[in-house]
Amino acid sequence: MKTRWSVGWEWLMAQRWLLPVLVAVGFVLAFAIEYDLFNNEYVRGVAMSVGIPEYTLEYTLFNKYVQLVMMYVGINIILTVSLNLVNGYMGEFSLAHAGFMAVGAYTAALLTQKVLPVAAYPGLFPLAVLAGGLMAAALGLIVAVPSFKVRGDYLAIITLAFLMIVKSVIENIDTIGGPRGIPGIKKLTTLPWVFFWVVVSVWVVRNFVYSKYGRGVLSIREDEIASDLMSVNTRRVKFLAFMVSSFFAGIAGALFAHLLQFISPRVFDIIKTTDVLIMVYLGGIASIGGSILGATVYTVLLELLRPSTVAAMLAWLPAVALDPLNEYFIRHLGVWRMVIMPLLLVLVMLYWPRGIMGLREFRWFIPRRDLEAHHRQHAHGGSHGAAHGH
Amino acid sequence: MALLTATRVRHYFGGLCAVSDFNLDLQAGELVGIIGPNGAGKTTVFNLITGVYRASEGSIRLRDTELVGKTPHQITALRVGRTFQNIRLFRDLSVLDNVRIAHYAQVRYGPLEALLHLGRYRREEQRIVENSRRLLSIFKLDHLAGETAKNLPYGSQRRLEIARALAIGPELLLLDEPAAGMNPNEIDQLMEFIQWIRREFQLTILLIEHQMKLVMGICERIKVLDFGETLAEGPPEAIQSNPKVLEAYLGEGPVG
Repeated sequence: MKTRWSVGWEWLMAQRWLLPVLVAVGFVLAFAIEYDLFNNEYVRGVAMSVGIPEYTLEYTLFNKYVQLVMMYVGINIILTVSLNLVNGYMGEFSLAHAGFMAVGAYTAALLTQKVLPVAAYPGLFPLAVLAGGLMAAALGLIVAVPSFKVRGDYLAIITLAFLMIVKSVIENIDTIGGPRGIPGIKKLTTLPWVFFWVVVSVWVVRNFVYSKYGRGVLSIREDEIASDLMSVNTRRVKFLAFMVSSFFAGIAGALFAHLLQFISPRVFDIIKTTDVLIMVYLGGIASIGGSILGATVYTVLLELLRPSTVAAMLAWLPAVALDPLNEYFIRHLGVWRMVIMPLLLVLVMLYWPRGIMGLREFRWFIPRRDLEAHHRQHAHGGSHGAAHGH
Repeated sequence: MALLTATRVRHYFGGLCAVSDFNLDLQAGELVGIIGPNGAGKTTVFNLITGVYRASEGSIRLRDTELVGKTPHQITALRVGRTFQNIRLFRDLSVLDNVRIAHYAQVRYGPLEALLHLGRYRREEQRIVENSRRLLSIFKLDHLAGETAKNLPYGSQRRLEIARALAIGPELLLLDEPAAGMNPNEIDQLMEFIQWIRREFQLTILLIEHQMKLVMGICERIKVLDFGETLAEGPPEAIQSNPKVLEAYLGEGPVG
C-alpha cells in the first residue's frame, strides 16, 4: 500500500546526490560550531546583510554541552557501526569492543602525552588517533584466531576473557598509570575530527559490506560450512572483519580519551561494551543506517533523561505543576535513567526484535550497482528503503 | 585422462569405518552415479572429496593435485562445485547474493581495493553481477534476483543451489540427491536439465541419488556402496541385474 509518506520517502531515497551534499554541509557546520563562527562578527554581518534577522543569531543553540553531546554521538556511531560488523553482519557475539577501545585510547593518549609534541604541532593528533586504531586492529587479529574454531556463546566467553586481560594488563603496568589511569590528557578531539572519523568509518564499513569480503561475512552468518564450500576463504574474511571492527573501536577510543581528558582501566569495562551492544541491537543488526540511528537515539535519550535537562525542558510549567514533578520525578531521574534505558531495550527486544532497522538499509548506503542488480525486473521498495536481501 | 582419482580412501568416525577402500576413477566428461542404502557412506564420500572431512587414509587427486589435507575453499577454488542433500542455501540472503558469494575465489581484488572501492573493484563487481544474472536467467530465476532465498518454492531453491554451484565455474560438479522430493514429472525434467548443463558447461558430474529412474536413465556408470564398501561398479544394465545390489539396495529381490 502506497501512502503519501512512503511515496515521499521513495522519492527522497532516490535523490542519492543528497548524501554527499549532507556530508559537506555537516563538515561546514562542524567547523562553524567548533570555531564559533555564529558569533563571528564578519559572519554575522554577512548573515544580516542577506536578511537573516539578528535575534536568530543571538540564540546559542550549540553551547558547550550540546557540542559535547554531539561528539559523544559521533564516537558512539563509530563504535556501533564497527561492532555491528562482527555482531550483526557476521552473527558472532563479541564482547571485546571496549578492550579494543582501551587499546586505542591508551596508545593515542601515551603518544600525545609522552611522544608527539602535539602542543607545538596540533596537526600530529590525527597520527596519534591512527596509531590507536592500528594498534587495536593488530589486537583484533589475535582475537580473530579463536573465532576459527569456536562460535556463538563460546566465542563470546573468549572475547570477554580478552576484555578482562586487556583491563588487568593495563592495571598492572605502572608506567602507564596502572589502576589510576592517565589524567590530564589534552583536549584535542574536536567536532570536525569526530565528524571526519564518523564519515570514514561509515564509508569504509559500507565499502567492506558491499564487497566480496562483506558477502563472505554474511554467508558465514548464514552457514559457515556452505560458505567454505562456495569458495569463501572464511579465515581471511574473519581476519578482515575483526581487523576493521577493532580498528574503528581503537579510533573511537583515541577520540574518546582526548575528549574525556582522563582514562583509566575502569572506563573500558564490560559496561562500556554493553552500552555499544545496546546501541547495536536498538538500531538493528546488519544495518549501517540502523547503527547510526541506534547510537544517536540512545545517546541523546540518555542525555535528555538527566534531571537538569528535564527540569530545563519543563521550566515553562507553572510552579504548582512543576514543584510536585520535581519532588517525585525529576529529582530521582539521576538514579532512574539507568533503569529506564535498559527497560526500553527489553521492550524493544520483545516487541521490535529487529530494532529500528534490523537487516534493512538506507538505500543511500547501498551501491547503485547492487540496487540495480537486485531490482532490474520489478522495483519494489519497503517504506524504509530496499531490503538488501537479508 | 582421469579428472578425479580416489585410491584406497578410508574414513573413520571414531571407531566406525564410514568409508573403506573407496576407489574411483572419473574421466573428464563422464556422468557417474553413486547409489546405496541410507548410511552407506555416499555423502561422506562427497565430504571427503570437498575437504569437509579429511580422509583418514588414502589419496584423492584432481588431475595432479592431491586434495587430502586441503580446506574446502581451496578445493572449491580448484573448480569443484557441489550441492547438498538437504538444501543449504544462504536462506536470509537474496537470490542474487547467493550466486554472487560463490564467485569469491574468482574475484580478483584485494582487501584494500574492497575497503576503498578502488582499482579492480568496479570492473570485477560488474563482471560477477553480469555472470550471476546470466546464470539466474538460465535457471529462470532472473525475476527473483532480489527475493530472499528462503521465500522461494522448493523447486526453485533446488535450481538456485545448482546455479550457485555453477557460479564457482566448476569442472567437476557433485550433486547430492538432486531429485529428492520431486515427483516423476519433475524428475524427467531434471534428467534433461542435468544432461543439458553437462553439455553447456562441459562438466564432469558425480551424483548421489535414490531415484532409480534418474540414476539408470542418465548415468554412464554406477557405483554401489553399502556400509562404506564398494559393492559393485559398472554400467546401469549390469548394476540393475547384479544380485548383490538387488539384495542390499532393493531389498530381498522382487516380491513374487
